[in-house]
Amino acid sequence: MPRSNPKSLVWQGARDGAPFMLVILPFALLFGVVATEAGLNLAEVMGMSVLVIAGAAQFAALQQMVGEAPVVMVLATALAVNLRMAMYSASLTPYLGAAPLWKRAFAAYLMVDQSYMLSIAKFETEPDLSLSEKLRYYFGTMILIGPMWYAASFLGAVVGKAIPPEFALDFAVPITFLAMIAPMLRTLAHVAAAATSVIVALLLAGLPYGAGLLIAAALAMAVGAGVEVAMQRGRT
Amino acid sequence: MSMGTGEIWTVILGLAIGTFLIRFSFLGIVGNRPLPAWLLRLLRYTPVAVLPGLVAPLVLWPAATGGTPDAARLLAAIATLAIGLIARNTLFAIIGGAATLYTMLWILG
Repeated sequence: MPRSNPKSLVWQGARDGAPFMLVILPFALLFGVVATEAGLNLAEVMGMSVLVIAGAAQFAALQQMVGEAPVVMVLATALAVNLRMAMYSASLTPYLGAAPLWKRAFAAYLMVDQSYMLSIAKFETEPDLSLSEKLRYYFGTMILIGPMWYAASFLGAVVGKAIPPEFALDFAVPITFLAMIAPMLRTLAHVAAAATSVIVALLLAGLPYGAGLLIAAALAMAVGAGVEVAMQRGRT
Repeated sequence: MSMGTGEIWTVILGLAIGTFLIRFSFLGIVGNRPLPAWLLRLLRYTPVAVLPGLVAPLVLWPAATGGTPDAARLLAAIATLAIGLIARNTLFAIIGGAATLYTMLWILG
């Protein structure tokens, strides 16, 4: 790998991120459409996509808003979906922690599943990259995905109104979520956490303000962690 | 949705600030300090702990059918999950699930 030209790291990041455009495009398009159907105007759709830039949390917030949950519960649910990013932040710190504050803030804004996973894999396999090379690669991964997320959200919001109800778009959100969850079920602990979440959420569906979901999520996290510990004990 | 403009923007700004603080937490504030193992373990399960519980009632009691279970939507959900488990690919699962939904809606009329 030629290391003389630092610009090539931006290019490498962009190239590694490019395949994810196939996932980001329909996902952002769908967010624009569904958010518009739910009653958000163009400024609100774009405000959310540009300021938050976290698809699953945006859909979760939307779902709770449509379900008439109060603002606090909407925020609690959506932020719970994003808690995993604290783990990303912690794991990127040894690599990017020495950067100037504004670059770290910008890196934080662009911290999504794709930029994190690509960058961590790169930093671990090529440990002698300099800080500036690491930053170039990290930002490079988002150079295509980021703008695509904004543009497709915008397009979805604009065309959303034109889609007739026969297309059963109400079910686009459940399908998208299921499609995201299935590949995550890698271990018994993940399956146990997901099953707990489903069962408790259904049992407590009658609780007001979406409180049942938060209780289900907390229990499911504990079950996932518990099963992981039990499996490790069983192995050693 | 009955939320007003003020509430909607409260959600947007609250979510934006909260999400940024989560992302900035260690990189910007806490710094290079190891996380306790139990906390890492809990954080690992946040997506699988929240999303399935969110989606389950939408699958079983869809608003579009007034909350009664619907064969086309149930089958589409099962197909999405099955394809996602086998292919380990979100995009394929979405396409397969949507295809199942439209096929079943067309057959069941």
